[in-house]
Amino acid sequence: MQTSTTDLIEQTLTRHEEISPGVFVIGFLRQHDFKPGQAIKLGIDAENPPRIYSICSGNQDDELCVLFNVKEDGFLTPRLAALQVGDSVFASAPYGTFIGTDDPAWWIATGTGIAPFRSMLRSGQGKHKQLVHGVRHLNQFYFEDELRAGLGSNYHCCCSAESADGIHSGRVTAFLEAQDSLSKDWKYYICGQATMAVETRDLLISKGIPFGNIITEIYF
Amino acid sequence: METKTPLFGKTLSELQELVAEYKLPKFTAKQIADWLYKKDITSIDEMSNLSKKARELLNAHHTFGLIDPTETKISTDGTKKYLFPTEHGKFIETAMIPFKDRKTVCVSSQVGCKMGCLFCMTGKQGFQGQLTAGEIVNQIRNIPERDEVTNIVYMGMGEPFDNLDQVLKSVEVLTSEWGFAMSPRRITVSSIGIIPGLIRFLNECEAHLAISLHTPFHEERQQLMPVQIAYPLEQIIEHIKEWDFSGQRRVSFEYIVFGGLNDTPEHAKALIKMLSGIKCRVNLIRFHPIPGTPLHGTDEKTLQEFKDGLNNRGILTTIRASRGVDIYAACGLLSTKALLNQKK
Repeated sequence: MQTSTTDLIEQTLTRHEEISPGVFVIGFLRQHDFKPGQAIKLGIDAENPPRIYSICSGNQDDELCVLFNVKEDGFLTPRLAALQVGDSVFASAPYGTFIGTDDPAWWIATGTGIAPFRSMLRSGQGKHKQLVHGVRHLNQFYFEDELRAGLGSNYHCCCSAESADGIHSGRVTAFLEAQDSLSKDWKYYICGQATMAVETRDLLISKGIPFGNIITEIYF
Repeated sequence: METKTPLFGKTLSELQELVAEYKLPKFTAKQIADWLYKKDITSIDEMSNLSKKARELLNAHHTFGLIDPTETKISTDGTKKYLFPTEHGKFIETAMIPFKDRKTVCVSSQVGCKMGCLFCMTGKQGFQGQLTAGEIVNQIRNIPERDEVTNIVYMGMGEPFDNLDQVLKSVEVLTSEWGFAMSPRRITVSSIGIIPGLIRFLNECEAHLAISLHTPFHEERQQLMPVQIAYPLEQIIEHIKEWDFSGQRRVSFEYIVFGGLNDTPEHAKALIKMLSGIKCRVNLIRFHPIPGTPLHGTDEKTLQEFKDGLNNRGILTTIRASRGVDIYAACGLLSTKALLNQKK
C-alpha cells in the first residue's frame, strides 16, 4: 500500500540477499528501537510514495531488515530488487501496533507474512508460541531452518501445491480446522494477504475464539 | 488479436489523445464525449455526426462499453439492488435508494475488498480486482433511474482510496461539463482512511468525504478494521483537521453501532473529544448481522441515547434509515450469494 514520503530518512543498504527466487531480504544499520511486529515505510527515493513492510529482523540485531517478494507489475519491488549493498533507500522510523508479547499465542502467516513472526522470534518472544506458515510451493518456507531451530515442533509448515515429509498438505485454514484444542485465552496473530486473513479470522471465530483475541495484519 | 477497449469512462483528455492517434479532427473528441455521456445511445454506430471513417476506426478498436445488470432485486421500501458482471466472471453491486424527492445511487469501486473489516460481507470475498472508471460510472448510466439520480455515494463494494486513480477519473466524468455535469456536492466518497489517498483526494477532488470511523478507540478499531494498524484513526483526524470543511464541502463520519461494543457513554465521550473542532456530521448506522459475524446491532433505546449524547454536545448526529434489508442491500451480500451460486 502506498503512503506518504514526508517522514523518510535516507539509509545505506548493508544487506541485499535473494533468499528464494524473487524473494529478498534487504537491510540497513538499525538506528531506532522498535517493538517486534512493527513495520517501516520504505521507498526508493524521496519523491515516489513508499510502501509499508514488516520488519523481519530482531529488535537487538544490528541491522533492520525487511522481506519482500517482487511484484512484476509493481513500481517499487522490482527497483528494490535491483539495488546492491551500498545503495540508498528511504525509510521511516518503525511504527504500528501489530506487536508481539511474551503471552501464549498462535502466529499464523502466509508467504512473506512470516516477517513479523521471525522478528518476534529473534527478539526472544518464541516461548509458548505455535507458528503456522502457509505457502504454495516448498521453496517459500522463508527462514525455515531458523524457525525450526527456534520453535521445534511448534513450527507447522503447510503447503498447498506441493507435498513433502513433515509438511502439512493443504492450506493454513485446513490445518487450523483440524486442531481440536485451540485455547480461547491465547492470542491469535494473523499476517498475510486479505483473503487468507479473513478466512482464518472467520474460522477462529467459528471455533469459539473471541474476536478480541485475534490481531490481524493484512498486506494491502 | 487485439482486444477492443471500452470508450465509456474515458475522460475528454483521453479521448483527445485517442483522436490524435487516429488522426481524426480534434473536435471529434468532444463529439464522442457528447455521445458517451449526454445522449441515450449504446453503440458507436449511433454516433451519427462522426464521419464514417471515424466510426469505422472506433469500431475496429473499441466497444461503446456499457454493461447491463444481470439481476435486479426490489425491496418493499423501493430500494433496488443491481448486480453487474465484471471481467473474470465476478460481480459487483449497486444500490438505488429512493427517499422523498431524492434518488441516491451507491456505487462499488472494487470487486471484493482487501481491507478485511470484521463487519463487512464484501471483505469475505477477498480482493478480486479493480474497477475501471467506466465500470464505476456504468453503475449510474446503465440503470433505469439514470435520469433521476440526485446523489451518488461511493459506499458499495471496495475501498475507493485503494483504487483512487479510477475513482478520481470517474468523478471527473460525472462532474465535468463535457461529462454528466453533476455538481461534486452531490457526490460523497467514503473511505476507511488510507492516508496517502485521503491527502490526494482532498487535494484533487471536490466531492464530499465520509470516513468509516466505527469506534474512537485504537485497539477496538484494530479488531474491527485491520487497516488501523497501518493508518491509525488519530492520524486520519489530524489530517482532516488541516482542511476547511466550513464551506460547501462536507466531511461526515460513519459509525456502525454494535450492541455492547461501541455504544457506551465512554465511546460517545471519546468521539466528542476526537471530533471537536471539525465541522462535521456523524451518521449512526444500524448493524444488520452478516453470516459468521460475532457482532450484533444495538437496541433502539441505546441508539437514540447515543445520538442524543452526541447532539447535545454539538456533534450533528443522525441515524441512517435502514433500507433494502429484505434484498441483501448491505454491500457484499448479493454478490457473495451470486459467487456461491456460481461455485455450485
